[in-house]
Amino acid sequence: MRANGSESRRETAAPAIELRNISKSFGAVRANRDISLAVAPGTIHGIVGENGAGKSTLMSILYGFYRADAGEIFINGEPTRIPDSNAAIKAGIGMVHQHFKLVHNFSVLENVVLGAEDGLILRSTLTRARKLLTELADEYELNVDPDAIVESLSVGHQQRVEILKALFRHADILILDEPTGVLTPAEADHLFRILRSLRDEGKTIILITHKLREIMAATDTVSVMRRGEMTATLKTSETSPEQLAELMVGRKVLLQVDKKPAVPGPAVLDVENLTIEGERGETALKNISFTVHAGEILGIAGVAGNGQSELLRALGGIEQAQGTVRINGTEIPLEGANSGADARRRNGIAHVPEDRQTLGLVMEFKAWENIAFGYHHDPSYGRTRWLLDIEAARRLTGVALKKYDVRPADPDLTAQSFSGGNQQKIVLAREIDRNPDLLIVGQPTRGVDIGAIEFIHRQVLELRDSGKAILLVSVELDEILSLSDRIAVMFDGEIIGTRNANETDEKELGLLMAGIAEVKTT
Amino acid sequence: MDFATVIQLLDSTLRLSTPLLLACLAGLYSERAGIFDIGLEGKMLASAFFSAAVAAATGSALIGLAAGTAASLALAALHGLASITFRGNQLISGVAINFLASGLTALIGQNWFKLGGRTPALSGDARFLPIDFYFSDTLSTIPVLGPIYSELLSGHTLMVYVAIAAVPATWWVLFRTRFGLQLRAVGENPEAVDTAGLSVTALRYQASLICGLLCGLAGAYLATGMAAGFIRDMTAGKGYIALAALIFAKWRPGYALLACLLFGLLEAVAIRFQNIDVAGVGTVPVQFMQALPYILTVVILAGFIGKAIPPRAGGEPYSKERA
Repeated sequence: MRANGSESRRETAAPAIELRNISKSFGAVRANRDISLAVAPGTIHGIVGENGAGKSTLMSILYGFYRADAGEIFINGEPTRIPDSNAAIKAGIGMVHQHFKLVHNFSVLENVVLGAEDGLILRSTLTRARKLLTELADEYELNVDPDAIVESLSVGHQQRVEILKALFRHADILILDEPTGVLTPAEADHLFRILRSLRDEGKTIILITHKLREIMAATDTVSVMRRGEMTATLKTSETSPEQLAELMVGRKVLLQVDKKPAVPGPAVLDVENLTIEGERGETALKNISFTVHAGEILGIAGVAGNGQSELLRALGGIEQAQGTVRINGTEIPLEGANSGADARRRNGIAHVPEDRQTLGLVMEFKAWENIAFGYHHDPSYGRTRWLLDIEAARRLTGVALKKYDVRPADPDLTAQSFSGGNQQKIVLAREIDRNPDLLIVGQPTRGVDIGAIEFIHRQVLELRDSGKAILLVSVELDEILSLSDRIAVMFDGEIIGTRNANETDEKELGLLMAGIAEVKTT
Repeated sequence: MDFATVIQLLDSTLRLSTPLLLACLAGLYSERAGIFDIGLEGKMLASAFFSAAVAAATGSALIGLAAGTAASLALAALHGLASITFRGNQLISGVAINFLASGLTALIGQNWFKLGGRTPALSGDARFLPIDFYFSDTLSTIPVLGPIYSELLSGHTLMVYVAIAAVPATWWVLFRTRFGLQLRAVGENPEAVDTAGLSVTALRYQASLICGLLCGLAGAYLATGMAAGFIRDMTAGKGYIALAALIFAKWRPGYALLACLLFGLLEAVAIRFQNIDVAGVGTVPVQFMQALPYILTVVILAGFIGKAIPPRAGGEPYSKERA
């Protein structure tokens, strides 16, 4: 009965949200161009688009962070002005941000009531919130301990607190911005169950994501954004990932990576009992051991924060560690002299760091400076140790930028003036072009658009096929599965299991990522 | 050391702790809201001068108190303008306020009173006078409890009692009221406050002004309660010691009371015992005793007290991210 009821309401009722001709520019950049969108009440509506397509700007306008330059917003058929977040909350809009807006040392209850208190004194509000939390926990599987301190909660539970915050404010429209980026597959499934039951209660949900699989699995309707424009709105049941990808990029995209079977050679990287003590005495890396062979990609999967960053930093010479690491059979120092990033480069290790903006590039420096960095003592940049041949550096950079499809291929532009994907290609150009024996690469396609992802994946595979060893760390399980030859899963600072890529699947890896190790190992 | 000496010592501890405690709580409101305030010293000094000057002119300690507090509030608003509205560096703004107060009070004082930067000595109603509790004379003869009641607890000026009452009041405000919850949140994660539809700017200004108010009380007490008039730079680093006490107290009101009492006690000991003879060591010079509170400050700031976690967003101006 309920399904029928909500079905008929969907047909007749005014849209929960209607945007008419919304435009917004930042300087010369037109982030949103003449966008119109109607979302029916009681539905889950997905918005997909590449980075920089304008999804976040549009949602920020809806939540009162930015004001649109032009256009109108209707909430349940009523024209509504949303000059600030307070107005959005009053209009019944709740937002779960990609980076949670929680006070880390407050309890769950305190976070939920913040800004929505009944009166001067907290007590009655806290009591009311506690009662509501108990009710919601039963109704929507939204269970969280009301008295837990937020920073002690898992990321999945912190996200629930954000949802509870919105519900406590009587939100009827819930916007979630990239909600699954930090969740395990099981946590993501749980989230989608919660969203579905909220929808069945009549709430309207907007899900922003770049993961097409989630759009297909969780939404009723989907809108695609490209370069600030709304290019299409479709029923999810009547579309396909391929069609959505094409709409996002504007051309056909290969979602599946074409990959020849690996031809593994001798061991290039041999890691034994690698250990790092964390800042507060806890162990960030616990006796990690693995081997990467020439001509092979070893993928490291895991939920963010389970020791992958430390592993990359230790191998890249950024953080000191204990244990044994051999490159082509020769042990390299992990502490003290000759354990820095420059020494690693001499050892034949190239490192594409997880965070290109802080570790990979100097954002204020020009492309040629960034390309030369770390290799600036190389004879190709000048014959003496002290003087840099700037013309040679610019010329070589120009060549590298073309080869790695960086647009625009101008060596004199600063790193920050390139898009995310092109920044990543600059880092790849620097690291791969030096012909390393081993490439360690972290989150190669984080914040990179689909077109660039395709290119970067091809580069990594070409490097493998030319007989180099590659260690790939990524929180994107799809990426790990499509690129890796073998997959190691990290959990709580340890490698909890290793699988051959063609003998495992998402489900098994998902369990390992959640810390559930089975007996089977290869 | 006999009982009477102990009572006297504790009595002056209370008096000497009062300005520290008021300034420390002032800093607590400000820093809990994410505004570092190194300018407690300057605000106290400005209040001390203007309260003494106006009290000397009008003959009323209360009007003096109002004037001193107004001066302190003005400087607090200036700090807010620099560090909240214009998102300047909070340390530099605080240091500037300290210089400004130190220079201006001496300059204006000399111009008005021609006494080398002092104000005229205050007497009568131009000062806050001790408040004697009921029956303190009659009860003073009771052994032990009598002196505690009539000498230790009774006979202080109004501000001493205000300062002590401010401790539980601050705790209640911070942890039991809407304002306190929002104030603590804005010092830890202003983004959470902003997305909850609250104004980060308004909350931080409110905290700054409460800080100004309490510094005003502290300064007025120095010049019109504890002393009888203003002398140049009479705060003598009390604002900084209050900051040290705040860190010592880990930004909690109850601990702030204990920390300030400890500093007050050290000061009282330094005044009471000018030269202490320690068996086997010889005479501890008075300079050492006077330096003790400052030495303790250094030891505390060097991290002797273990990990004190300041409010996470402290010292950082807030601006909405514009991606």
